[in-house]
Amino acid sequence: MIEVGQISGSLRKRLIITLIGGGAVLAVLIYLIVRTYATQIAQQGQDSILGASVTSILDAANLRKGDIEIDFPYASFSMLKTASDDRIFYAIYQDDKFLSGYERLAKMNPKTGTGSTFGNTIFKGANVRLASASRTLVGEGLRTELSITVAQTRDSLNGTLNRIGQNVALFGAGFFLLVIILAFWATSAAIAPLARLTSSITRRGPHDLSPVISPVPREMAPLVFSLNKLMGRLDQSLTRSEDFIAEAAHRVRTPLATVRSYAEAMLQRVEKEENRRAMRSMIRAVDESSRAAGQLLDHAMITFRVDNLDRRTVNLSELVTDLVIRLTPIAEMRDVQIKLEAGEAIQVSADVILIQNAIRNLIDNALKYAPQESVVDIVIVANPRPEISIKDEGTGFPNEEMHILANRFERGSNSESITGSGLGLTIAQDVAEAHGGRLSLSNQVKGGACVTFSF
Amino acid sequence: MKFLLVEDNQELARAICYRIESDGHVIDHAPKIRDALVFVEVGEYDLILLDVMLPDGDGRDFLRQHRAKNRATPVIVLTARSQVSDRISLLDLGADDYITKPFDHAELDARCRAVLRRKSGTAQPIKKLGDVAFNPIAGILTVSNIDVTLRNKELRLIETFMNAPGQIFSKQKLFDRLFSYSDDVSENAIEVYVGRLRKHLVGSQLRISTHRGLGYRLDHD
Repeated sequence: MIEVGQISGSLRKRLIITLIGGGAVLAVLIYLIVRTYATQIAQQGQDSILGASVTSILDAANLRKGDIEIDFPYASFSMLKTASDDRIFYAIYQDDKFLSGYERLAKMNPKTGTGSTFGNTIFKGANVRLASASRTLVGEGLRTELSITVAQTRDSLNGTLNRIGQNVALFGAGFFLLVIILAFWATSAAIAPLARLTSSITRRGPHDLSPVISPVPREMAPLVFSLNKLMGRLDQSLTRSEDFIAEAAHRVRTPLATVRSYAEAMLQRVEKEENRRAMRSMIRAVDESSRAAGQLLDHAMITFRVDNLDRRTVNLSELVTDLVIRLTPIAEMRDVQIKLEAGEAIQVSADVILIQNAIRNLIDNALKYAPQESVVDIVIVANPRPEISIKDEGTGFPNEEMHILANRFERGSNSESITGSGLGLTIAQDVAEAHGGRLSLSNQVKGGACVTFSF
Repeated sequence: MKFLLVEDNQELARAICYRIESDGHVIDHAPKIRDALVFVEVGEYDLILLDVMLPDGDGRDFLRQHRAKNRATPVIVLTARSQVSDRISLLDLGADDYITKPFDHAELDARCRAVLRRKSGTAQPIKKLGDVAFNPIAGILTVSNIDVTLRNKELRLIETFMNAPGQIFSKQKLFDRLFSYSDDVSENAIEVYVGRLRKHLVGSQLRISTHRGLGYRLDHD
């Protein structure tokens, strides 16, 4: 099982949320700004008309014989006409004394000569905008201050503002939608090189440790650089350890081979039974240690490979047939016959080197334990699952030890006279389990061991 | 049979040569790839035994050059490496078999025989002695025109006798020839195989005589 490591959030999610959040804030801001600006412009329009109306009324005021006479110009009210029939109110004061109009219309305190002042108030249950202005009238020894306030309901203005508001809101929503789409697109585009890198590394075989060479964006370059460096180191250490294993095997076995050859040559010349026995056990000790060295190194390699299965489609029948051909000379030495029952092609997905090693160990075992001039039966079946059974006519497994024989360095109590390292079954079992199968040991009714390797 | 051994370890080479010569074959020894290339240029060999790690290069280079020249001489590789992948690459390069050092001479003998059987086709050497013919590769003994396929041990036994007719072989010597050292058998097992051979040779001009305290001898009437 491969550890994924801790996952803290998702880059994609983070990017999308940031972009969409930014888009939302921007949309609201646009809405508020446009709306405020539109309100201001509309208000200015109304104010300038109200101001003009007030001014035109003030201009029409005259002092005649101490009385104030105002002849309302027609335009003063008609200029305030709107589509939604806004109501108009007015009030006229002379020196703070109410003269005419709507008395309760609040009076702004206009300052003389500074133009109009504007304000909002509620009058007769309606929101009104009012404008006030004043003028000093002088004549016939009289000096008086005339103030006029004109108010207008805001129905038309509010209607316009609502329409603008709706449009702006619609625009904001559209903008927001566009941001969402852009956010997804931009995120995918930004993440794509990362996904490509991941898939290019995932698709590799377990032994492909070559550096990543496809171009990546600048931001990812340090990551890829470190990755390549790591893979380089890994590759180097793997090659080094594989070389080391090969070299170690060579170093250990070559002198052993020499010792064995000399011992063998010596044995030809020795006649005393005692010395011959000694020479023979020497040769067997050499065989034992060279076999153990070989299997230890094989085991090391297998342990490594089991973690990185290099699965390929393998024809099981072909693989076993090939192994049998290679092992036939060994079988012939002891006049053991290997009978192979392989039907048509049986395809399995497996690591060839591992399967070869495991099955070779099993057949090797059978050959070792089979008596002279006996038969070793190998049967391959496809159903219900691919399975290889190897049966010999030897003494079989000791019943009480059957369950521990596949343990590392464990050897049966009947194996004293046979060279072995106690790793063969361990290797086969490890390989079977790595492929999701199992190795089962049993004894046949007619005697002899039966080992079944199933997928 | 003529063998070529390419092996840089002198002791091991001497031991292998000794064993192969005592089986009645001729063997040349080349300690380097360079020498080996000269040997194959000059002489014809039935089988080449090739070490992988040599002082002037990799045995695989020799194999590649050898095969590139379209030479069909079978090659058995002697390797001290144990990795399966290494073995596979050797076979891919055109080796016919491999054997892992240190090896049992009986195994080398069996492997040579198997390779030669696969490779030499009809051109197999037949040894004749009196009215008995023997094909050591196929393991067939012909007595009065009847073919008998011999078992491995019978085969090695008759081969030993036929290489030196008239010579007395002690039980021990025969035992060393026939059995691998991992076989846990007593030397008396030889009697069984001698008995079998005698049965095969009934009616021929050959017979195996027992010499008490000395051993056995193949006699030709």
